[in-house]
Amino acid sequence: MATSLLDRFKSGLWYDNPGLVQLLGLCPLLAVTATFVNGLGLGIATLAVLIASNTLVSATRRWIQPEIRVPIYVLIIASLVTCIELIFKAFFPDLDRSLGIFIPLIVTNCAIVARAEIFASRHAVGSSVLDGLVMGSGFTLLLMAIGTFREIFGQGTLFSRMDMLFGGEPVRGIVLAENGWLLLVLPPGAFFTLALAIAAKNVIDRRRKESRTTIPRRARTLNR
Amino acid sequence: MVVKLADRPIWKSGVTLAIIAGVCTSLVAFTWQLTADRIASNKREWLERSLQPALAGLFFDGSVTESMITIAPPHELPGSEAAIIYRVYASEEPVAALFVVSARDGYAGPIRLLIGITMDGIISGVRVLEHKETPGLGDRIETTKSDWVLQFDGHSLKDPEAAGWAIRSDRGQFDQLSGASVTPRSVIKAIKQTLTWFEANSVAVFAAPAEVEDGTEEDNK
Repeated sequence: MATSLLDRFKSGLWYDNPGLVQLLGLCPLLAVTATFVNGLGLGIATLAVLIASNTLVSATRRWIQPEIRVPIYVLIIASLVTCIELIFKAFFPDLDRSLGIFIPLIVTNCAIVARAEIFASRHAVGSSVLDGLVMGSGFTLLLMAIGTFREIFGQGTLFSRMDMLFGGEPVRGIVLAENGWLLLVLPPGAFFTLALAIAAKNVIDRRRKESRTTIPRRARTLNR
Repeated sequence: MVVKLADRPIWKSGVTLAIIAGVCTSLVAFTWQLTADRIASNKREWLERSLQPALAGLFFDGSVTESMITIAPPHELPGSEAAIIYRVYASEEPVAALFVVSARDGYAGPIRLLIGITMDGIISGVRVLEHKETPGLGDRIETTKSDWVLQFDGHSLKDPEAAGWAIRSDRGQFDQLSGASVTPRSVIKAIKQTLTWFEANSVAVFAAPAEVEDGTEEDNK
């Protein structure tokens, strides 16, 4: 398996994006993305858990009998999430209050156990860390994209409450409008936004496929 | 009949599981050790910090959270649960009282309010601590969404007189929030009720012995 680094990133961020293509971990994805900062915060927490769990699962893969692998994944992931929760409470208390129950609920994000089972249990530590990084980044970017969209159109702002991550006084962010389209902030807005994102990805993929088959023909006619 | 899972005996799996559980528990315990103090101080700091905005422009000293008292229901303050009062001093002289009360008739459940009142019965600040009002409409009572809640600063029961304690569309003196009238009405009613209560009970409030703040209030949310 000699896939290049670029291909691995393409896969995690686009072709096999955990949220957009595999549709894993939708509960936190839909629940916290009302603003950019919430999406980014949960994304970073998930990314950290995913890298750490891939590392541990991969490092212990030779000693783990197949029949007890699932309880062990659950143990590892649950402990890591608890650690991340404690770290958030200690260093980003405001963000922790804003994300509330969704930090501990990372434990139920099936994207993480899926990567442990599909990838980390079968590959070397280095490769598994990279897998955690690309898959986690894909998930984080999707959370950020949906958070950006919902915040701009739902609330009329962007980057509000960034102080929760970086400290300082509470900020309202870039105010683009006094009000937004309320529906987008409410839970149904999350579903609509995700649907739009998936549709957009499919459209882009199809365009690229079509252009790949038509451009050479056009190139030929130009050469003549 | 014994089902054979693998060539390995099952106790070996048990031992592996136990070892991993031990390692994971140690990891959590270690992280907890590292973060416990910081988390506790964050909680205290957050409480102190969240009380500050209601004390705008007042000179005071000492820790506000150390002078807490709770008033168990039934009481004449807004809200059906216990009301919390923090007493604020400057050189051991009473300066103001901070009330944590609930406006009961919000559009979607109670609105938890922080109200600061000086010894002269003047409002030093109002903040919304917790609410479930509609995003985009009623949630403009939050300072991060609009300045609505700041308009009460400096007012008292004499300014305006009783009838003025209402939104403009109810012939009152205070601004409304377009699209939401239930929310402002309930907030204004709660503020007025707290002012009235403090006018009658200010001596008793500062005579009561302080309780120990154990942070349970925050955990109960």
